[in-house]
Amino acid sequence: MTNYDLVIIGGGSAGMAAAISAYDEGLKDIIILEKGWQLGGILSQCIHSGFGLEEFKAQLTGPEFMARLVDEVKQRKIEVKYFSNVINLTKDKVVTYSNSAEGVVEIKAKAVILATGCYERNAGAIMIPGDRPSGIITAGTAQLYLNEYGALVGKRIFILGSGDIGLIMARRLTLEGAKVLGVSEIMPYSNGLNRNIVQCLHDFDIPLYLSHTVTKTIGKTHLEAIEISQVDENFQPIKGSEKHFEVDTLLLSIGLIPSNDLFRDLDLPASSARGAIVDEHYMSEIPGLFSCGNVLHVHDLADYVVAEARSCGKGVASYIRGELKLDGPRFKLIAGENILYVMPHFVRLDNLETHVTIKFRVNRPLEKQVINFTFNGEIIRKINMPFINPSEMQKVRLAKNLFNTHEGELVISCEERK
Amino acid sequence: MKKELICILCPKGCRLTVDENLNVSGNFCPRGIPYAQSELTMPMRLLTSTVAINSKHTIRLSVKTSAPIPKDKMFECMNALDGHVFNPPVHIGDVILYNICNTGVDVVATMDIKE
Amino acid sequence: MKDVIVIGAGVIGALLARELAKYELDVLVIDKESDVGNETTMANSAIIHSGYDPKPGTLKARFNVLGNQMFPKLCEELDVDLKNNGSLTIALSEEEIPALLKLRKIALLNGVKVELLTPIEVFEKEPLLSKDVQGALFAPTAMIVDPFNLVAHALENAVDNGVILHLNEEVKNIQFIKEKNHYEVMTSNNTYQSKVILNAAGLYSDKIAKMVDEIDFEITPRKGEYLILDHFDQYLEKRFLTHTIFPMPSKKGKGILLSPTTSGNYIVGPSSHFVSDRSDFSTSKETISEVQLAAKKLIPSVPFKEVIRTFSGLRASSTRGDFIIEPLKNHPSFINLAGIDSPGLAASPAIADYVVNDLVKGLLTLKVKKDFNPYVRKYPRLKKMSVRERNELIKKDAAFGRIICNCEKVTLGELNDLMSRSLPILSVKAIKKRLRIGFGKCQGGFCQPFIVKYLSNYYNIDISEVKYDKVGSNIIKCSTKGCRL
Repeated sequence: MTNYDLVIIGGGSAGMAAAISAYDEGLKDIIILEKGWQLGGILSQCIHSGFGLEEFKAQLTGPEFMARLVDEVKQRKIEVKYFSNVINLTKDKVVTYSNSAEGVVEIKAKAVILATGCYERNAGAIMIPGDRPSGIITAGTAQLYLNEYGALVGKRIFILGSGDIGLIMARRLTLEGAKVLGVSEIMPYSNGLNRNIVQCLHDFDIPLYLSHTVTKTIGKTHLEAIEISQVDENFQPIKGSEKHFEVDTLLLSIGLIPSNDLFRDLDLPASSARGAIVDEHYMSEIPGLFSCGNVLHVHDLADYVVAEARSCGKGVASYIRGELKLDGPRFKLIAGENILYVMPHFVRLDNLETHVTIKFRVNRPLEKQVINFTFNGEIIRKINMPFINPSEMQKVRLAKNLFNTHEGELVISCEERK
Repeated sequence: MKKELICILCPKGCRLTVDENLNVSGNFCPRGIPYAQSELTMPMRLLTSTVAINSKHTIRLSVKTSAPIPKDKMFECMNALDGHVFNPPVHIGDVILYNICNTGVDVVATMDIKE
Repeated sequence: MKDVIVIGAGVIGALLARELAKYELDVLVIDKESDVGNETTMANSAIIHSGYDPKPGTLKARFNVLGNQMFPKLCEELDVDLKNNGSLTIALSEEEIPALLKLRKIALLNGVKVELLTPIEVFEKEPLLSKDVQGALFAPTAMIVDPFNLVAHALENAVDNGVILHLNEEVKNIQFIKEKNHYEVMTSNNTYQSKVILNAAGLYSDKIAKMVDEIDFEITPRKGEYLILDHFDQYLEKRFLTHTIFPMPSKKGKGILLSPTTSGNYIVGPSSHFVSDRSDFSTSKETISEVQLAAKKLIPSVPFKEVIRTFSGLRASSTRGDFIIEPLKNHPSFINLAGIDSPGLAASPAIADYVVNDLVKGLLTLKVKKDFNPYVRKYPRLKKMSVRERNELIKKDAAFGRIICNCEKVTLGELNDLMSRSLPILSVKAIKKRLRIGFGKCQGGFCQPFIVKYLSNYYNIDISEVKYDKVGSNIIKCSTKGCRL
């Protein structure tokens, strides 16, 4: 069995960025296992711009952003296996992958990074009532058909969910000659970035129906129409509010879910974000098993994925060098009032260099807020926020010296400014 | 009359206010000012799309306009991209169409396709 | 002139065809759908019931018990997943105990082995059951099966042994030509003559029969809605559920059950509501909630966040209640197989055996085909193989190393193998049903484009012509250029 220092499962933005940073930290014995024909994951189909402002200080499209990372991986001559799917992972960090050139191969690693990204929540998961015709498709799949196959899934389209991929697709499909009749969002606010509401919907006069959801799909073999209804504060459809749209396609943009199967199959508990439970270096409860990017929690920007993965790669290098204390004391992070989730889940102060980056999302749009970081009952940091939306992940760096003890709880909460 | 708009230059999405003299407020960075001013006079958008390519890996090459083009020219430019078939190798930044629809803006590849 | 035309390629039609293939007969199977087993056979609980509850003396009781016993051999020959997991019928209150005892009596009358369990014994088998459990009837012979591949492999085996299958062909009319003593079957594509007609048209069996003569039954479709959970604990030692769990039966049937499936998923359902439209496979919010609620009564901790799909199936129930397996009045050579609702799947091999070897035998000379091969060519199933076995196969054909469906870990080699077989694969859904590509939690989000491209290459058609299922269910509208012009 071949041994590696680091096996990275998935060669998308997270996998590449983690490999680059681990390499730069001195790890040379790295392999990336990628299921596709090239590195980059989903970036190759994200042909729109909006990437790279944070990481490269440039306005890039998805493929351009991807190419920069691919170049960095190639410069470092990091080993990559293409068309290689991981079929098993053990707690002892034996990774089994399959491809046509080598067959099924087992390799052993000192550390593994799970960087398998996420998948789209689909019609099955939200149990849309009605017929089961073709013409109901997730936005990302339609994006792949359009941008990589040059194929349109429909000509009259309605979009369920105001996630960013759906908004981006509303514009793309319109430019390609389809008619997008509307976007419905069950929440009273949009889940996409504001800029996408403007440049993808407003630019093309596409209506956004807030507090609406699809209550019926109609069509025996192919979709013919849908019905949407307004929902009340408990998200229950309001009778009499039905609107009917004759469409051939219902695009679903209703969220992304971490593809965390390999950890799930090890019986590792999942977080409320549906990824792993991790420490300050994105290491799970099993020493040497790391997870970063969208498989850990879904990010709004690829730039944020890259930043997280770089830091994870660095953590792996420290782990392999034996610099991390794994049995020392730790404190927990808790999502307090108005907070949807926090990342990481626990912190070992001993393992921090200078600071810890805490990420969180609020559970609804809020104005004039103050975010409190309360450590064992004492507020150690306050941040004022004029506006704060669930669609925008917040990142806050807390210096190590703010914490006066190694144990206890750090509660992140959000309240109206007095 | 004051007009409110959302800046689209970065994911932050600043809420901008522009008055009748084109004075801009609400911007967290200086780029918001020219954006808001042009949005009221001549809105501009970066256009991204794909064109056909003969490659063994893919049939579509992703492209973008090298600079924003007038918003109302987007559909015309989309049509102008049709009907061309390109051949590898193509590199990021290679101009594939000059001065599209007389906008003074070129269309460039956003993907490296070697073969 | 055909000897036998089988109308309907569901599980009944498929097993009839395979039974007929054992003899020197000219057999044609016709189905209006784009794939075999595309209606009632596709959407049911996938359970081979033990036979403890059909009323003694009925055809349902007789064929259920016999069919159950035939399944192990059948599935071995046809290379179909079958698991003997046993079922538990649960009494949730003291008041339900007498009914449980009555059920045991019926089981004994039907010749089915059952065992009454105390709550302690029940919890030993299924620790997550409701604390209200007062007792259960354990039926050790209950099994779960892969119904998609049962019907497909049965027909594949029939076709391999000389039967002809026509898909996408609808029977429009049937006439009895008295002077020649044969039937003329007019379809959407052609006209055929046949000595014997076996009407296994499921939801449409009454309409088919009426083409020939008056009938004394009607099909009253009964919809069942289901939820499917992901195989979220497939590799874990302690699984959520191992047995099939039934509530106490009622007038409406066996009730809303929970069961593992042969693929490691879990199925919850079905509801039971009569519908008038035979092509109504919609689901409704109210009914899905009703199913969830009923399931929670048996197991309060059902992880509904793992739901990956909801669907509905139509039971081809008849106004007579029991199975109808008999010649049409005054038409000894036109045999109806109608009203085959639960336990139809479990009963199917016994029904086929009876119809061919008792009824058809009296109509045609059955000469045993000497070279009949009861086995389908073994399916390569990489997920079930050891690393060594996989590598032996990959050495012979590298495509077995390439995984094309990451949720279900299916390889290109398995798809190539499927396409090389004798049954036509005309739709994305046919591939999904056979190989589980797109059956996982991404529901085809990642793998469907690959399959669409594969089918377009295979049939040398544009991707916009590739169908998800039936005619008209195309996935791609047009190429971008084509749409804008």
